[in-house]
This record gives sequence, structure tokens and C-alpha cells, in this order.
Amino acid sequence: MKTTETPAPVPAESGAPVLKADTPPGGPRKGKKEGTTLNVFSHGILVIWAFMVAMPLVWAVMTSFKDDASIFGSPWSLPDKLNFDNWSRAWSQAHMSDYFLNTVLVVGGSLVGTLVLGSMAAYVLARFDFPGNRFIYYLFIGGMSFPIMLALVPLFYVVDNMGLLNTIHGLILVYIAYSLPFTVFFLTAFFRTLPTSVAEAAFVDGASHTRTFFQVMLPMAKPGLISVGIFNFLGQWNQYMLPTVLNTDPDKHVLTQGLVQLAVSQGYKGDWSGLFAGLVMAMLPVLAAYIIFQRQVVQGLTAGALK
Amino acid sequence: MQHGKYRFIVGFLAVPLGLYALFVVWPFIQSIYYSFTDWTGLSPDFKMVGFDNYSRMLDDDIFWKSLQHSVMFALLVPFVTLGLALFFAFMINVGGRRRKGGPAITGVRGSGFYKIVYFFPQVLSIAIVALLFAFAYNPDSGAINSLLRGVGLDGIQPLWLGDPNLALWCVMAVLVWSTVGFFVVLFSAGMASIPAELYEAALLDGASRFTTFFKVTLPLLWDTVQSGWVYMGILALGAESFAVVQIMTTGPGGPDYSTTVMVLYVYQKAFRDGQAAYATTIGVALLIVTLAFAAVVMRLGRRERLEY
Repeated sequence: MKTTETPAPVPAESGAPVLKADTPPGGPRKGKKEGTTLNVFSHGILVIWAFMVAMPLVWAVMTSFKDDASIFGSPWSLPDKLNFDNWSRAWSQAHMSDYFLNTVLVVGGSLVGTLVLGSMAAYVLARFDFPGNRFIYYLFIGGMSFPIMLALVPLFYVVDNMGLLNTIHGLILVYIAYSLPFTVFFLTAFFRTLPTSVAEAAFVDGASHTRTFFQVMLPMAKPGLISVGIFNFLGQWNQYMLPTVLNTDPDKHVLTQGLVQLAVSQGYKGDWSGLFAGLVMAMLPVLAAYIIFQRQVVQGLTAGALK
Repeated sequence: MQHGKYRFIVGFLAVPLGLYALFVVWPFIQSIYYSFTDWTGLSPDFKMVGFDNYSRMLDDDIFWKSLQHSVMFALLVPFVTLGLALFFAFMINVGGRRRKGGPAITGVRGSGFYKIVYFFPQVLSIAIVALLFAFAYNPDSGAINSLLRGVGLDGIQPLWLGDPNLALWCVMAVLVWSTVGFFVVLFSAGMASIPAELYEAALLDGASRFTTFFKVTLPLLWDTVQSGWVYMGILALGAESFAVVQIMTTGPGGPDYSTTVMVLYVYQKAFRDGQAAYATTIGVALLIVTLAFAAVVMRLGRRERLEY
């Protein structure tokens, strides 16, 4: 008896949700069927787009391990063996290591500078009333909507006259200047949301404005600084137009420039595999960082655009 | 809070504002001034020439081509990008099958995965993306044509970037490819803040997903869509289109100037042809186009703001 009784509840239990799902939630059956086709169709499109995004990247990684002959012969085949010498060639002979170092220096310097100077300006603009406050604020955020290329023509000569052309520190200063509009815009809004009482208490306790800012307000603004920091990091790491104009010395090239340069010169030398290795080398650290810090990256990049 | 306030304000603003004025504001003002001169950029001597550069520009066929292409970039790229992104975001967040017992509104299965993958291109430099696609478009050994051969479409082997009629579309497609993901994530965040009751009410009234999208989601998301449009348009007129056109197309500027855009033309005139003053003139035209674009989108898009 027991053996015949025990299986009975099992199908009943697993069948219950199916039965429920089969009952239309109040509409006719036809609507349900339509919904299913639509589901398959729309899900299909989502899958196709995911493929279209991922395939070029997968293709690049595959190609970076092949030798030149199979790159041209059969672009979609898997590499028959992993040619790591593509990578070492790109790293040393094609100067990818130098481009990496230059980029790290430029981005490191400008990121710190942007955050320090941007938060100082934003704090003053958000918290202090003084004549010209609004004017300076709009002067800063106006920079977000103007075409940078217009300024780059005279800027080239401004930078040249200061002796900063083709220097790492010159590039850092320019990066900072062009990152300020968004940084000030974002952080001004952020400082406004912080409670005033804490700063006032610190001030009453005898802390100077400067000390209040660095010891009380900046730590409180950490979430905002992280968001805007990620935004600026990616923007500066991926920057192409500014260095193309202001940094024409091949020894000082940053990663994006170096790769484009490499593409041009490898076109003559025919070292495509080395070039692909370089491309993947430049892509992987950012992609890896994105996958690890995914939530923060998405927040940082979309924070400014929402409201 | 008065004590030492102004000294503090000046101390904190001086460096950022000075840097910004020197490297951003001052060059902008200068370039408008230079557009009325005959400055070459190579020598420090120049004189005022009034509107000569502007009348030259109006007779310049390449300028008109670049203007036409830039306007296409500013209108088509955001339109396609935002359209796709809205569709994907809706499917990911709202388009899921209604499961009994679960919430009335769900995303499709694997929505988190899609959001992660779609966002990939956003973290890559547009220069790297452009290089990658320049190879993918290669007619002989590129990924796209060999994929077409692989599935038996040997007859269809376009020259892509080498074909003057196709090159511009190829370049625009790359911009769409690289930015859709950003807007999917942006719109997803917007959709998440729409109260579920609104969807439930629409469902109770028997609204299809199509109707729900156009009558509930889109109106409530309109502000985000609009600012996204302006943001994307400015990018497509400026830095992004510079990178893709300069890197991907021959010349650069494409076969028979078929892909040249204003921002690239400014660059070439200033730093290749030694005509800095004329370059700034085209730059001023680009500024006007950019501001006009932003004004038109904001104006056309103005709707009653919906509170929820």
C-alpha cells in the first residue's frame, strides 16, 4: 500500500504549477499563444544581440593566438596552437609596454588631479553663496556640450607656447581641464545632498573651512567620488582625440594612439597577429576590471545621466 | 560661517578655475576670433579678413559633404541606438512571461547576463573598437565576409569600407554597436523606478505588451530618453565620430569623401593642411550645428512632465 501511495503526491506537487500556468490569467487562450511566439521572438533577438556584441571580441582573442597565415586563410577557425610569441612580440617589439606605462602615468595623474580639483570646486559651488557662483557653475557645465575639437586648434598652440606639448604632465593638465565639467556638475549635485549639520558642527568646534572639507566632507562624499572616479578613469583611459592632437611624439604615445600607430605600421610589415595581440592586451584589463567591479562601473557611468 | 569665507572660496576655486579657463574657455574664445583671420597656424603672423573664411566655407563642397554626414550621425545614430536600447531594455525588464504567483512584471530569464554582456563595448575605447571593426570589415580576410562565405553566401562579398555607398553606414553601425549597451543599462535603471502598480493596472485593463510600452513605459521614461538623445548626438557629432572615421576609413574620410565628418575636417585643415583659421571656421559651424541640434531635440521633445 505504501509503495503505491507515496508516488502519488509527487506528480501532484510538481504538476500543480504547470496546471496553474496553463489556466489563462483571465484572457482567452489565443492571447496566451501569441504571447509565447512573441516571447520566443523577442528572446531570440536578445540572444542575437548578445552574440553580435560578444563575437567580435571572441574573434579578436582567437586571432591574437594565430599565426599570420591562418589569420588570412581561415579567419573563423580556432587557432591550431596558442602562439604566445604574438603577445611577447607585441609587448616588447611593438612597444605595447611603453604605451601601457605612459597611459598609467597619464591616467593616474589626471584621475587624482581631477578628483581633488573637481571636488574642491564643486564643494565651494554647492555650499557657499557668493557673487558669481551661478556664473562659474554654468561656465563649468557649459563645457559638456561644446565640441572639443573647436578648442583643440588654438589649444595646440597654447600648450606648445607653454612648452607642454608632447609631455606627460602637459597631457595630464589638459585631461584634468577637460574632465572638470562633468566632475563639477556631478559632485556639486552630490555635495548638495549631504547634510549641512555635520559641517556646521565641525566648524563650531573650531575646524577651519579647509579642514572641514578634507576631514569631514570628503569622507562623506566617498560614494560620489567613486562613481565620478570610475567615469573619469574610463574616459581618460580610453581617450583618443586629445592625445592624437597634443601628443604626437611616438615615445609618449598612450595606448589608444599606440595601437592605431601600430595598425598603420604593421600594415606595411604585415604583422597582423602581433597587432591583434596588442589589441586584446589593451582590451582585457578594462574588461576584467569591468567584470569584477561591475556594479560600481555601471553606477558610475549611468549616474550622471539619470535626473 | 563668515570667518575667512572669501579667502577659502578663492583658495579652493583658483586652481580648478584657472586650469579650466586656460585650457578650455580661452581656446574656445580664441578659435572664434581666429575664424575671422587668415592665420595658418605655422607662423605667428596673421591679419583680419572679415568673413572671408565663412564665404569660402559656403563654397566648399567637402564642407557640405562633411556637414551632411555629421547631421546624419547626429540624427540616425541616436535614433537607432535609442530605439534598439529601449526595445532591449523593455524585453529585459518587463517583457518576461507572466508567471503565476510571481510578480506581475518580470524580465526575461537571464536578464542580468544580458545587461553585463551588452555593456562590454562601453568600457572599451572607441579607438580600439574602431580598429577591431576595421579588420572585421576587411573584404578578403575580415570576420564579416568570411562569415558570409562560411554560411554559403559567397555571392555577397561587399567591399564595406571600400565602397563609397556603404562606408558611412558601416561606420555608423560601429557607433551603434558600441553604445547600445550603455542605454540598455540606463533605461533599465529608469524602468526599475516605474511603480509596478502602473503595469498591473495596464494588464488588468487588458493592454498588450505593445500598448504597455507605448502608453506606460515610454511616456514615463521620456526625460531619460530625451537627455540620452542629446548626449548621444553630441558624442556622434564630436569625439566618437572623429575616432571611428579617422581610424576606420581610408584617407581618412573614406573613398571619395564618403565618410568625412565636420570634426575630422577641422582636424585635417588645422593639423594636416596648415589652415588653422579655416579650421576654426568649420569648428564654429560645428558648434552651431551642435547647439542647434540640442535646442531642437529639447524643444521637439518637450512634453508635460509626468509625476509618479
